[in-house]
Amino acid sequence: MTQIDDIPAKARSPFSEASEMFRRNHAAVAGLVVLLLIVAVAIIGPMVYPGDPFDMVWVPFTPPGEEGYLMGTDYLGRDLLSLLIHGAKVSLTIGVSAAVVTVSIGITVGALAGFYRGWVEELLMRLTEFFQVLPTLLFSMVIVSLFGASLFMITLAIGLVSWPAVARITRAEFMRIRELEYVTAARAGGVKNGKLIFSVILPNALPPIIVQAALMVGSAILFEAGLSFLGLTDPNVASWGQIIGSNREYILDASYAVTVPGVAIFITVLAISLVGDGLNDALNPKLRQR
Amino acid sequence: MTEPLLKIENLRIELALRSGQAPVIDDLSLELNAGETLSFVGESGCGKSMTALAIMGLLPEKVGSIAQGRILFQGNDMAQMNSSQLRAIRGNEISMIFQEPMTSLNPVYTVGEQIAEVLRRHKGMNKRDAWKRAIELLDAVRIPNAKARISDYPHQMSGGQRQRVMIAIALACSPKILIADEPTTALDVTVQAQIFDLLRDLGRETGTAIILITHDMGAVAEMADRMVVMYAGRKAEYGPVAPVISHPRHPYTKGLISCVPHLLAELTEERPDLTEVPGIVPSLDSFGVDACLFASRCYLADDKCRSKRPPEIVFGDQSSACWKADQI
Repeated sequence: MTQIDDIPAKARSPFSEASEMFRRNHAAVAGLVVLLLIVAVAIIGPMVYPGDPFDMVWVPFTPPGEEGYLMGTDYLGRDLLSLLIHGAKVSLTIGVSAAVVTVSIGITVGALAGFYRGWVEELLMRLTEFFQVLPTLLFSMVIVSLFGASLFMITLAIGLVSWPAVARITRAEFMRIRELEYVTAARAGGVKNGKLIFSVILPNALPPIIVQAALMVGSAILFEAGLSFLGLTDPNVASWGQIIGSNREYILDASYAVTVPGVAIFITVLAISLVGDGLNDALNPKLRQR
Repeated sequence: MTEPLLKIENLRIELALRSGQAPVIDDLSLELNAGETLSFVGESGCGKSMTALAIMGLLPEKVGSIAQGRILFQGNDMAQMNSSQLRAIRGNEISMIFQEPMTSLNPVYTVGEQIAEVLRRHKGMNKRDAWKRAIELLDAVRIPNAKARISDYPHQMSGGQRQRVMIAIALACSPKILIADEPTTALDVTVQAQIFDLLRDLGRETGTAIILITHDMGAVAEMADRMVVMYAGRKAEYGPVAPVISHPRHPYTKGLISCVPHLLAELTEERPDLTEVPGIVPSLDSFGVDACLFASRCYLADDKCRSKRPPEIVFGDQSSACWKADQI
């Protein structure tokens, strides 16, 4: 007779369980495929389609498909396809790095506030509220116009206006988890506060933060496009928003010049949102069926 | 006689309530010798867990505080230690297991990682040695197929297995004292017996003194050398287990014992009615008053009990805080 204990337990790490939940969400899988394609274009594209996207290659306002230019040319006679391909890398980089900035500030502030409570929490949460009540677009425009419209400044500005949401989620998770018994058990085992925050509580608080971070990437790309549309962009770097911004004045004569990068942004952000939704399914324990 | 391992002197723990400070532990003194098992018994809300948390220095921040008294561990007062001194003791010299095995393990790490972590933190072991030792420990707490189960996550184990893992973590550094706060309350009866056996055997093997917090009189009779009966934050009775159970000197102890059928006598055809202790524990607000707090539930109570706090009356090894102790 076999004892129940002798049957080896099916080794299922939380990761494999989450990936199974993710795969069940078909829209999210489709979004992931599209997103991976866009990332591939951003990485491989410039090699396949070399050349400076800012070079004037043909007569301005050549409509798509004519003269061998698949996407046509813009108001300076630049190849839109080349701009689009090179812009993918820039836009994705801005999206990801702005999300990294957001999450880093948000986690630090939220973790400290949720863990220490008391005056630390008061101070940090008042700070969070201060950033929350500032109109985000206006605030980022001020930063960018004061410190120059470099990619770094734009990324920082987006990060600076977006972190309060992450800080609030992190704080809420920390307040919940710090009262759980395994945290008390870890304290009783002599774990230091720093370790308690980062290796005991944080890994358990991550799921909602990861979802938020994924969605942040999408909204950062949109935000950058918005700033670019208003002209607050680095004119020497081809991001999708910058293409839209620079062709804005010719929207009636050459609508394709803003439509093409606009659709690229739309598809990318949609794909990211679908992936974020799938991550939510995968990481939210309440939706998990055992 | 040698110096006791742990000595608590006149400990008073206060909780900050809206109505003011209330003593959840009032004037508690006791001693624990090396290798001995001491049991705390009492109803919920009598301050058993508070005592354990106070020893570990884990009283709820800003709410609970040690107002008076000393907790001497090997002669050093733990109530005066700073946090780094306390951390060096926690998990290493004194460790603790909790009531809820389902939630006291961190769900994102494998059990092996959690056992090895303690060894690396307190014993400075490297990764490989700690892992090897973790397998030995898992084997020692009688988890079959330890080598395979070591990479399991807590949710892949049953409640009893998780409590065994907790015991493995607690005993990893061969502590001098193990505090078990109702270690079997959340488990079913057969598993309870196994966990108690395990605690007793491992305690004997390693020479670890055990503080067992429970409300299970049967477990006390089986496990402990000496017992403390707590009532409403005060020590009601204190003494070696056998005489206290055979001849309790406090009406509360007597009441607790009469709730458990098999402690009274050999099981016979005759089934006497079980009696309960009527009433409930008084509210925290009244914990400080100068009277016997058990008086409202006691069949012997008179005006003296209701107007003056009884002193400890000593009967050999046994002591009882009751005005009528000699009548029982």
